[in-house]
Amino acid sequence: MNAENKLPKQVFRSVGTRPVRPDGVDKVTGRARYGADYDMPGQLVGRILRSPHPHATIKKIDITKAEQLPGVKAVITSKDLPDLTNGDEDLLAILENCMARKKAYYDGHAVAAVAAVDANTAKAALKLIEVEYKIHKHVTDVDKAADPKAPVLRKDCITEGVSPAPTKASNIAAQSEFGHGDVAKGFKQADHIVERNFRTEQTHQGYIEPHACVASVSPDGTGEMWVCTQGHFVFRQQCAQLLGLDMAKLRVTSSEIGGGFGGKTHLWLEPVAMALSRKANLPVKLVMTREDVFRASGPTSATSIDVKIGIKNDGTITAGEATLRYASGPWKGSWAALGAMTAFACYDLKNVKTTGIEVLVNRPKTTAYRAPSAPMAAFAVESVIDELADKIDMDAVQVRIKNAAGEGTQSSYGPVYGPIGIGPTLEAAASHPHMSAPLKENQGRGMACGFWFNFGGQSCTHINIDIDGSVTLTVGTIDVGGARASLSLVVAEEFGIDYEQVKTVIGDTSTLGYNEMTDGSRGTFASSMSAIASVRKAIDEMISRAAIMWDIPAEDIEWRDGHAHATGKGHANLAPLSIADIAARAGKTGGPIAGHTELNADGAGVSFATHICDVEVDPETGLTRVIRYTVIQDAGKAVHPTYVEGQFQGGATQGIGWALNEEYVYGEDGRLQNPGFLDYRIPVCSDLPMIDTQILEIPNPNHPYGIRGVGETSIVPPLAAIGNAVSNAFGVRMTHVPMSPPRILDALEKAETETA
Amino acid sequence: MSMVVNSTINGDPIEFSCEPDETLMDALRNRVGLKGVKEGCGTGDCGACSIRLDGALVCSCLVLGAEAEGRKVDTVEGMSDGAQLHVLQTKFLEHAALQCGVCTPGFLIAAQALLEKNPTPSEEEIRYGLAGNLCRCTGYDKIVRAVQDAAKTMNKRSKSKKTTGRKK
Amino acid sequence: MLYESPQTTTEAVTLLAKAKGKVHVLAGGSDLLVRMKGGYIEPDVIVDIKRIKSMNAVKKTADGYLIGAAVSCAQLGDNAALVKAWPGVVEAANLIGSDQIQGRCTIVGNLCNASPAADSVPAMIAAGATAIVQGPRGERQVAVEKIAKSPGVTSLKKGEVVEAIQLPPKQKKSGDAYLRFTPRTEMDIAVVSAAVNLTLGPKGVITDARVALGAVAPKALLVKPAAKAIIGSTLDDDALDKLAAACAAACDPIDDKRGTVHFRTKVAQVLAKRAAKIAYQRAGGK
Repeated sequence: MNAENKLPKQVFRSVGTRPVRPDGVDKVTGRARYGADYDMPGQLVGRILRSPHPHATIKKIDITKAEQLPGVKAVITSKDLPDLTNGDEDLLAILENCMARKKAYYDGHAVAAVAAVDANTAKAALKLIEVEYKIHKHVTDVDKAADPKAPVLRKDCITEGVSPAPTKASNIAAQSEFGHGDVAKGFKQADHIVERNFRTEQTHQGYIEPHACVASVSPDGTGEMWVCTQGHFVFRQQCAQLLGLDMAKLRVTSSEIGGGFGGKTHLWLEPVAMALSRKANLPVKLVMTREDVFRASGPTSATSIDVKIGIKNDGTITAGEATLRYASGPWKGSWAALGAMTAFACYDLKNVKTTGIEVLVNRPKTTAYRAPSAPMAAFAVESVIDELADKIDMDAVQVRIKNAAGEGTQSSYGPVYGPIGIGPTLEAAASHPHMSAPLKENQGRGMACGFWFNFGGQSCTHINIDIDGSVTLTVGTIDVGGARASLSLVVAEEFGIDYEQVKTVIGDTSTLGYNEMTDGSRGTFASSMSAIASVRKAIDEMISRAAIMWDIPAEDIEWRDGHAHATGKGHANLAPLSIADIAARAGKTGGPIAGHTELNADGAGVSFATHICDVEVDPETGLTRVIRYTVIQDAGKAVHPTYVEGQFQGGATQGIGWALNEEYVYGEDGRLQNPGFLDYRIPVCSDLPMIDTQILEIPNPNHPYGIRGVGETSIVPPLAAIGNAVSNAFGVRMTHVPMSPPRILDALEKAETETA
Repeated sequence: MSMVVNSTINGDPIEFSCEPDETLMDALRNRVGLKGVKEGCGTGDCGACSIRLDGALVCSCLVLGAEAEGRKVDTVEGMSDGAQLHVLQTKFLEHAALQCGVCTPGFLIAAQALLEKNPTPSEEEIRYGLAGNLCRCTGYDKIVRAVQDAAKTMNKRSKSKKTTGRKK
Repeated sequence: MLYESPQTTTEAVTLLAKAKGKVHVLAGGSDLLVRMKGGYIEPDVIVDIKRIKSMNAVKKTADGYLIGAAVSCAQLGDNAALVKAWPGVVEAANLIGSDQIQGRCTIVGNLCNASPAADSVPAMIAAGATAIVQGPRGERQVAVEKIAKSPGVTSLKKGEVVEAIQLPPKQKKSGDAYLRFTPRTEMDIAVVSAAVNLTLGPKGVITDARVALGAVAPKALLVKPAAKAIIGSTLDDDALDKLAAACAAACDPIDDKRGTVHFRTKVAQVLAKRAAKIAYQRAGGK
């Protein structure tokens, strides 16, 4: 980032207002079409057979009886999805996960699928598929899997990133290191050192809409798919590769999406639907049940993290070190690396070292969950920082302010920061009324900070000017929470027209060039950057059309407030031309008017937040409630502040659920015990208080309007903020998330025994 | 064997056929075409498929299609009065009480049932009244505010209606 | 599968007795349909009892309250007289699930589902409720604690259906209460629960009591020693400690996804004490 790029203070007309979203009415009237709400003519019902074993070799699958059942149109196994990945390891992992090949690696792993004329027939057919398994020992715990004595999932798994390379296979797929300085030296300078192990359990994004798609593949090699996804271009590319289709011949439309949070960045069942459709030569609708979603989509990693931090009596952190073990499911991920990169990112440290260790386990394939990997690392680091603050008798916020990263700081993961928001969010927290509000008996207050990178990436947008002067923006990123409203505001701003004149739509894969996955909080940042460029091109075109209409040089025309204005002497009699005026004559001045942009959106500004949380604990039962919560986050320029607040509130709430009750529970048999919303306890309305928000706007110098991503960071601090609040209420350090009632009660009992 | 079921759906007499073990949720979505009834879990834990059955708020995934025989069914599709949105629908939009929107139909139906029973609910009553509906996007804050605002508006309207009535 | 919706109890009993294959009674459906969805059961016949008029009513009789098998828990909450007489039972019934579930679920369904964690069952046991069972051989009355045998298994015989629950008349100076522990405020299954029903004599001395615990054994338990521990007391600290100790002794829970043996045993005591205090207050004790 270049500090010289600092933006002048801009005055906005549309950006920063709070209009109703363009897709709103459809969503309150039941008209919006999500993944499962679309039908194709003649469509069949698909169903997937899943392994009940966490680790087993598939010796034989007999599909004969299922195929013979009347009404069954196709039965497939991995044989119907031959390996076309051509050495692409990541693509092979997707293929193996969508349909087990030699081995089933987790409870719920797909082993076969059917397409039939109705649901009952499909269900009956699944029962007729005979699978012969050879069962192996399994391991689901991250620390146990990392142990050299653990059952090894893959005989060819040699740890990457270690030199010299190990000679023996293990469940440790990769290791990565980050940092600078000399931590040993740093710890010598410390007056106090705290070293602890923290554990966090596996959680799920918990989007309310299960994965769903309708796929149609024709014998002529063309296909189409309707699917709920965070990235239909990526889905098209990977599905085409896996099915051996030309990418151009597969058209993918993203439906309205009922939540994703990272979980819909990955293929889970779409190639299966396509293979079924290809075999049956009819469209196939495939929808996951909620149980399927929990067992066989992509939750986040369970982790075990060792943290060691040293501090001087004056509050200076002298060194920070962490070893982070993240479970990635049966395939290698880079989740521990992300944890290792984010762990100390809030602070300006002379000596810092982090090691990320990717661990294979017999659980579903890990995928992204909102600021993936950062919340667990922050839980560990932010807990220890609070403990150190306590040791040196310094206020928790002040310790953080003293060590906060700023412009010019070399981050713990490498790059040097530009203008960033960690300091300002901490200052805002220090002076926030929440910080000084009184607490009652059994209540405690905690705070914590969080960081997320934010991404940019490949983006492509299109602006169409219609003859009535209304404007369509077509984007290739998807809208999970008001993005169409934000992007319409940006377009209105850039044209100088009203928000109501703009309609933003999500294009399918044949209408635009490639767009990356809508992840890393990039949707509004990247698509707005591309949209602004598209608008500018359309404006240039309109100026040249106005020049024709007026028969004056284009240099004498200026674009202002949604109109072409003729400037200079001799043009005083020319009334400004609106978009409608210019568009109405487009047929006679050169044809339709549009603006098109493709770009790599570089320079996504990093994001920081500070959260404050009050809890009340029932000391007899361990029951813990969040009774007050405040989110303070740097949003860059907030395009639609209401939806920015919504992101803050939603992220914080997911963090609260993670902190208190959400966890995957596996039995001794390696089977998931709680694949449903009854026992996987996401917060309900009555569990929560209002979530207060404070938006700080530190402009991102790399975006024309100063926009940063805002969607993810707010899930990072809650685990630690709640842990610190419990600690401050009862003097116990919580080291295991979720801090469920039994764990809190155990900690309280232990503390009581120790003092007694 | 399929069964033929006659119900009054969103005020209209509708005949549909369904399997005896088919849920009302599936029948409404796939036989009647009311896709505003969403499936989030199929086990009554998320409320996305909330409808009214003879006025009672229920999860349509926990009702058999066959049970709707002779009964009144109301879904989100019947909530607005022609082109005039229901106050709750308007307030959800104004407050940005939806992000992804897939839970929204269920919340609207549940909130409507809540306000009919209790036109002046406290924040706590709203929170408990809507506890059967999961939302993963909003943290519920803006949903609660939208319902509070809708209650206020609806009470104001019914008050002014009463006043006008008296004048007549 | 066949779906039947009889109009009378006799018709229902005949259908249940004659049905071939797996036959299930459908009341609220909030357990049955979940088990069907999960593929745990595949009924051949479902007998929907909601069209049977007599099963849809709450009647006040000389023997107390007769609650029909198809009466939803929401309806119980709307019955002011019942709420006044048996606040603990109604509270327990109203804790089952969300408002959506309340509109459907029934206490008879809750009982016959035979889950050890059923909310209304400990409260009914503490209240001394009786199940009115109709079958091919006529009517029999069974104490509610005798209906569930183990998780998912009842003592009902082929062709039998619980027609109603009989709650005894409200005694003077008596009160009942039910408390459960769940990590969330709503939409949860009891990790452990306790119900207390007691009657006071002169000077606030407890003359009669029943204590029941849920989710600490394969079925909801009537804990007689726990009742004995508080009978004769004014619910002083000593009596409360004895109550807790008796509850702890009765607990035989398991470690599972919802809780641990240690947690359940500990919290059962806490809830029993708290429920006893509420019941005592409701009975007019100070």
